[in-house]
Amino acid sequence: MDAEYIKVTLMPLLQVNVVEIRYKNTVVTSDLSFHVNEGEIVSLLGPSGCGKTSILRAIAGFEPVREGEIFLADQLMSYPGYVVPPEQRRLGMVFQDYSLFPHMTIQKNICFGLRGLSNRAQIRVTDEMLTMVGLPGYNKRYPHELSGGQQQRVALARALAVKPRLLLMDEPFSSLDVELRARLSFEVREILKEQKITAILVTHNQLEAFAMCDMVGVMNHGRILQWDTPFNLYHEPADRFVATFIGQGVFLQGTVLTPDSVDTEAGVIQGDAPLEWPAGTSVDVLVRPDDVVPDEHGPLHGKIVNKVFKGEDVMYTLQLPNGASVMSVFPSHEQYDIGAMINVRIAADHVVAFAR
Amino acid sequence: MEKAPLPNRPKHRPVRHPRWRRYLPNPWVAGTVAIATLIALPVITVTSFIFVPAGEVWDHLVATVLQDYIVNSLILMVGVAAGTLIIGVSTAWLTTMCSFPGRRIFEWALLLPMAFPAYIIAYTYTGLLDFAGPVQTALREWFAWSYGDYWFPELRSIGGAIVMLSLVLYPYVYLLSRAAFLEQSSHAMDASRMLGCGPWRSFLLISLPSARPAIIAGLSLALMETLADYGTVQYFGVSNFTTGIFRTWFGLGDAAAAAQLSALLMTFVFALIVIERWSRSRARYHMTGQRSTPLPTYRLRIGKTCLAWLACGLPLTLGFLLPGGLLVSWSMATAAYVVDDRFWQLVFNSVTLAGSAALFALLLALYMAYSKRLTGGMGTNSAVRLAAMGYAIPGTVIAVGVMLPFGWFDNTIDAWARETFGVSTGLLLSGTLFAVMFAYMVRFLAVSLQTVEAGLGKIRPSMDETARSLGHRPLEVLGRIHLPLMRGSVLTAILLVFVDVMKELPATLILRPFNFNTLAVRAYELATDERLMDASSAAVAIVAAGILPVILLSRSITRSRSALQGRTAITETARMAAQPA
Repeated sequence: MDAEYIKVTLMPLLQVNVVEIRYKNTVVTSDLSFHVNEGEIVSLLGPSGCGKTSILRAIAGFEPVREGEIFLADQLMSYPGYVVPPEQRRLGMVFQDYSLFPHMTIQKNICFGLRGLSNRAQIRVTDEMLTMVGLPGYNKRYPHELSGGQQQRVALARALAVKPRLLLMDEPFSSLDVELRARLSFEVREILKEQKITAILVTHNQLEAFAMCDMVGVMNHGRILQWDTPFNLYHEPADRFVATFIGQGVFLQGTVLTPDSVDTEAGVIQGDAPLEWPAGTSVDVLVRPDDVVPDEHGPLHGKIVNKVFKGEDVMYTLQLPNGASVMSVFPSHEQYDIGAMINVRIAADHVVAFAR
Repeated sequence: MEKAPLPNRPKHRPVRHPRWRRYLPNPWVAGTVAIATLIALPVITVTSFIFVPAGEVWDHLVATVLQDYIVNSLILMVGVAAGTLIIGVSTAWLTTMCSFPGRRIFEWALLLPMAFPAYIIAYTYTGLLDFAGPVQTALREWFAWSYGDYWFPELRSIGGAIVMLSLVLYPYVYLLSRAAFLEQSSHAMDASRMLGCGPWRSFLLISLPSARPAIIAGLSLALMETLADYGTVQYFGVSNFTTGIFRTWFGLGDAAAAAQLSALLMTFVFALIVIERWSRSRARYHMTGQRSTPLPTYRLRIGKTCLAWLACGLPLTLGFLLPGGLLVSWSMATAAYVVDDRFWQLVFNSVTLAGSAALFALLLALYMAYSKRLTGGMGTNSAVRLAAMGYAIPGTVIAVGVMLPFGWFDNTIDAWARETFGVSTGLLLSGTLFAVMFAYMVRFLAVSLQTVEAGLGKIRPSMDETARSLGHRPLEVLGRIHLPLMRGSVLTAILLVFVDVMKELPATLILRPFNFNTLAVRAYELATDERLMDASSAAVAIVAAGILPVILLSRSITRSRSALQGRTAITETARMAAQPA
């Protein structure tokens, strides 16, 4: 009894096993695998055209798989030649364009997925859902009377009203303005966590993915390059693409000196963990702007060649005497002009390097 | 770095995925391909006769009349092209680019001649202008002439046919070129005027060249109608393909030769289809982005206003007001003995036939368009394209293409039944309403299909996906989401097919069951018996129905004045409606 219980809870809610998807005859993704546990919020993050939406549509049942399988709990949902139709999967879906049905009231929209409810039950469900997304009393409105943010809240309420096993969100905040996007992504995370909803977010916006998700899969060219926590993606990118796609930074050429230090164009950088290459290997070292800190007595002497004011801080591009350049972010109240010489030092906890 | 570890694959396989299901064809794809094949059957039949060795009758045709058919068809096409171009482009330019009192009325009123089938206007003008008609009678009275004393242009000639066809077909050119003028970037016109070009030079150097693809598309539609016309040329005694096909089959009794003539006519039609498709794709290419600023309007002074009135008023008067007025007055004069129970029976026949054809076409169109949307594969796409070809095919050709396979089917079944049971089954399909309905589907499914497709296309795919992920099956989604959202397109599709069937003459004439009459057929019969005034009531009924889609079009034009979306609405409606009736 106990053993069986443990087995059930350990089974991931969603399993995508070596899936290949094709459009016409172009392969969109191949050999793609990941799984999502009950209650997790994960993100598929990548540039447009990387196949993230295709995999989401395959999970929803709109796209057939050419290879591999998709399991929902212990049920096989897709395998080559067969797809359980989307209407039988009990998943929720939220789209970039809200896709509320324009000819129905908010209440009709929210209750669209619930069949055979009495009018009173409909009102109850709608009230409950609208309160959850912070729009109480909007039952009788029509979608066009609502702002974009409100419409997306209703779309979320509609998707959650059917108590989906898994919520799929395809760029849900992309048509909202920046400020609303940040606020809503935070709020949605709160709601999902409170309702213990498992969700997959597809986005090209890393800030959104970081704000909402427990785990993020960075995708490019139909592959998941790294499946990790937001913190690790930024600080320990496993792949050169991940390193450039997430955050900012420059690569410095260098040679491995000792197991945990590299001699670079900007001097020796000391890490706290051993590297995987023997001494003498040529590597590229990732230096993030926040790794380069101003220091009057710093060993590096850089000339400011570009600066971008970003409000609370300023991003400087420094040219080192040997021609290499690094980026550095200073608090806004320390102002330097282009052409000025300043001293910095590199303060990296660990070395992120890739063999050249 | 932590790569996602692969968890153990669940051992449990759910029950409800039988593997054999994958070998079944998708019912949507299979159904759509089947319908398209049926719809293409007449064309395939006719085309296949190219490969049948020519018979005696064919050799006779080649030796005697074939050259006439080709030459007359070419003369008709050249004449109608010139007529519709001059009327259509000039009125479109005047009503979009110039400002003069009455322009807004002309904007939609210029479409009214579309309500007239060419054969009706031909009957009307014959009644007005022939020897016994009021005009010649009045002339003879005034000048005390008698027969042979004077020269009067003969209406019942190829020239007359060109004038009649041009008068009712110019709205195709008008609609599409007007849409093109409206879509043109006004900045291009501004720039041209800044560089010192006056209205005429701007028109010739900027507007006309960039509207050319749209104009050619409108023109090819008008020419398809010209080739498809049977009523006018038959009445005017012009021998061309459509009358030739009729005569070969019913006069000479040679189905193969009639089919071969049809195949030859089809090559003309296919050439027009290719030209039309090609210029439509180019028309899209010519549309430039910036459309937000209003078009420059040349304000006309009094003298030029009079000229503009003449240019717009003449086609309107000759194409609608005059014949319309004549028909109404004749029908009032004859109503006492024409409008009886038999007349109402005709109205009932026409309306039920047209109504059920419209509904049936709508169902097929919905099924095909939705199946294309659901599957989106090669099969459904090409099936829909194939089914949409029908609108270009002349009714006479369709009739031939329907009669041949249906007759073969009837004979085969009959022979088989005789052999096995000793019973004759007679004609099962030929000469039934089913055959008529089938021909209507071949010809008009395209109209319905294009309208429905346009309506479906405006609904974002995410709507479908949302509804399906919320647990609704495809048909439920169609009923609960798509149909309510595209109500307008659905009504338009019903209306357009309804009116087209009301007007249709040759296919109904050939395929109808014995003793089954419609308004169009009755008008044709009465006119053939030279009882033109008696035909007027049936004609008025047909034209009255034909005005309905014109009202629809005018409404979108009126709406286009204020709103910017209206401007795209009119081009869409124009594209949608500008198919030969």
